[in-house]
Amino acid sequence: MSESTTWGDRVRGEVRMRWRDWAITLAAFVLALLVGAILMIVADPQVAGNFNYLLTAPGLALGSAWTKVSTAYSALLMGAVGSPQALAATSAAAAPLICAGLAVGLAFRAGLFNIGAQGQAILGSMAAAWVGFSLPLPPVIHLIVAVLAGLVAGAIWGGIVGWLKATTGAHEVIVTIMMNYIASGLLAWVLTTAAFQRPGRDDPISPEVPSSAAFPQLYEQLHLGFFVALLAAVVVWWVLDRSVIGFSIRAVGANPHAAGTAGMNVGRTTIITMAMAGALAGLAGVQAALGPSVNGVPVPLTEGLVGTVGFDAITVALLGRSKPVGIVLAGLLFGGLSAGGLAMQSVAQTPLTLTLVLQALVVLFVAAPQLVATLVPFLSARKARASLTGADA
Amino acid sequence: MSTATEEPHVPSLTDAPEELHFEVLESRDARRARLSSGVLIVVVGLLLGVLFFSTSGVARFALSDAFAEVQLPTIELPGAPVVAICAVLCLLAGAGFISGRLRNRMPMVAGLVAGIAVVLGFLTWAAAGRDLPFPVANQLAGTVFTATPLIFGALCGVVGERSGVVNVAIEGQFLTAAFAAALTGSITKSIWAALIAAVFAGVLMAALLALFAIKYLVDQVVLGVVINLLASGITGFLFDQLVQPNSRALNSAPTMDPISIPFLADLPFVGPVLFQQTILVYLAIVAVVVVWWLLYRTRWGLRVRAVGEHPKAADTVGISVKRVRWQAVLVAGIFSGLGGAFFTVGSVGVFSKDLTVGNGFIALAAVIMGRWHPVLAASMALFFGFVVQMASQLQTLNTPVPSQFLLMLPYLATIIAVAGLIGRTRAPAADGVAYTK
Repeated sequence: MSESTTWGDRVRGEVRMRWRDWAITLAAFVLALLVGAILMIVADPQVAGNFNYLLTAPGLALGSAWTKVSTAYSALLMGAVGSPQALAATSAAAAPLICAGLAVGLAFRAGLFNIGAQGQAILGSMAAAWVGFSLPLPPVIHLIVAVLAGLVAGAIWGGIVGWLKATTGAHEVIVTIMMNYIASGLLAWVLTTAAFQRPGRDDPISPEVPSSAAFPQLYEQLHLGFFVALLAAVVVWWVLDRSVIGFSIRAVGANPHAAGTAGMNVGRTTIITMAMAGALAGLAGVQAALGPSVNGVPVPLTEGLVGTVGFDAITVALLGRSKPVGIVLAGLLFGGLSAGGLAMQSVAQTPLTLTLVLQALVVLFVAAPQLVATLVPFLSARKARASLTGADA
Repeated sequence: MSTATEEPHVPSLTDAPEELHFEVLESRDARRARLSSGVLIVVVGLLLGVLFFSTSGVARFALSDAFAEVQLPTIELPGAPVVAICAVLCLLAGAGFISGRLRNRMPMVAGLVAGIAVVLGFLTWAAAGRDLPFPVANQLAGTVFTATPLIFGALCGVVGERSGVVNVAIEGQFLTAAFAAALTGSITKSIWAALIAAVFAGVLMAALLALFAIKYLVDQVVLGVVINLLASGITGFLFDQLVQPNSRALNSAPTMDPISIPFLADLPFVGPVLFQQTILVYLAIVAVVVVWWLLYRTRWGLRVRAVGEHPKAADTVGISVKRVRWQAVLVAGIFSGLGGAFFTVGSVGVFSKDLTVGNGFIALAAVIMGRWHPVLAASMALFFGFVVQMASQLQTLNTPVPSQFLLMLPYLATIIAVAGLIGRTRAPAADGVAYTK
């Protein structure tokens, strides 16, 4: 079969696959929004109550449902891309997602499930914030040292997992999850120590990071960190596609036994991959610790500073199909979702947690293209036609 | 490994043939597992040695709590010597592992000695010189109680994974079931309705897992993670939108009272530990037996194990692989539902966001360490229950360890157990592999 296909056929096949990927992703998004809409209607007693009169007064039920859903989703859209400020907010939300998404995606390429981006990001934020508020360094150097500290802390946290996996065979899913809880415990503890707690405060909060260590603000919430995230994506692309270690990462991911037989050191590759992934997730923590917030200064370190970036990152990596470009796009999408979610919460009183549901659903649908094709007849019809006219498409 | 290396080891077949066998059969993996266990035990022994220097006074262990009718004596141990002995025992056991000279049952004995020494040493250090004695009966009763959801979760994992479907979504199943139980319990004020709702929710999430894993062939680990996010999102959203504004009506489920089993509950020491528990705890113990019986004594269990080990062979003899897997995952969902109910109606009665805090993953660790066997996995769940309970008991003793570190203990213990003591385990051969004809 492969003998008879020409190069042109392969390219056309590739293009069609790409188109289908895009169509599936779009359809998955629409389906997720639909399910989200149903959830919104069901969870609002008033709107759901109107459905008792669906037969007698259909206008009332459908109208109130439409108002509810359209208000929420238009607030979401406006909050994500509706204005230059919204776009800047989206970029700020996307930056940590891209970094952490790269951390998960890179590990995926080596066949490793890095569920620990959360813990690695926490460690990264801890180290970067500490350098920020306790070391008196000159402006540019201060930022660089703080970023490096975050990278190293994340790399160590991720490297431990790789080392355990390589030396004892401990499954990385369990170890990374446990490391997440240990990281949050560690953060909770350091925030009670003199080195981290803000003087004169009893609650777990650190001093503010001075502007010398913060990412410079460019426009509204858009800051240098966003471009650092893009740079990280380029670096990951280069490592994966152009470097020796990237080749072994992909080889180990494709088949560790074959890679081992071919003379690659599988254990070493595992450790290096996890350390690199940890550094990337650490960078996500750095973004949270050093990125200026709405009022122009970084948010001080608290227990919830990094939010759930490590878990959102899994969806980002899956949606981006573990490729750097895909991860950047997925990061922007979910960044928009999170920036828009805040607007939705304040304008339409729809809880931010809805965006988590939407994220999970999008990824679930994307992971099962067959299901999407069944639910969206248009896609399966297109697929049938494409395969029928495959030769001249 | 080869016969060539075997030859020089056989001077005469009369002296201790088993020893010879052991040496020849130790694979690279086994050797690595043995060495990592040894190093781990030595490190823990050294840590105990460090703790020795901060141990002073007498450690007291109360065998019965202050209100028990039959008062058992309070054991008093001299702090420093006991910690020192425990440290030495650990070091010896670790050295035994590293030397590789332990034969037959000796590695197990050494492991057991090390385990007991670690727990006793640590508890003695923590309790030495405190005002209050360490409540042993409370600790054990609490162990059984805290281990209940872990046992259910582990059984859920065992049944599903024995059929070849990896279940990373136990956490999500717990969370959904806990939410359903709290909501239903609050509305109906009935424990039984809440339990049924929880089981229903658990099975529903299991169906989601089965649908995507078996029908749509989605990678099962990825799927599990996404289902967990979905569960967290949906329960979180419904909680924010529906429950929280109206928590008096929708988040005030009744909780289970302990049921005393007549006569048995009055036994000193054993009674409060085993026979004054809630219905869920008893159900968990029964469930372990039921799952064991299902898997190893019924035709269905044989089929489940067959499709998990060699689906193609099972298919060849006429077993529908997909159907058996569907059944196994749904049955497993029942257990996760019961386990989820524990977090709300089984204990506190109210739901809060993400209240399962990783218990589903700890249950998963118990599955792996329990080698996919229901009884072993349940024992591992008990071990984790012990650690969780110990962490909360020690908080009340005012130990010098910050409480945040104590809260980390269960997670640390999981890592140590997964990485060290158990070594490499073998999953069912087709675990996580979708079956297509």
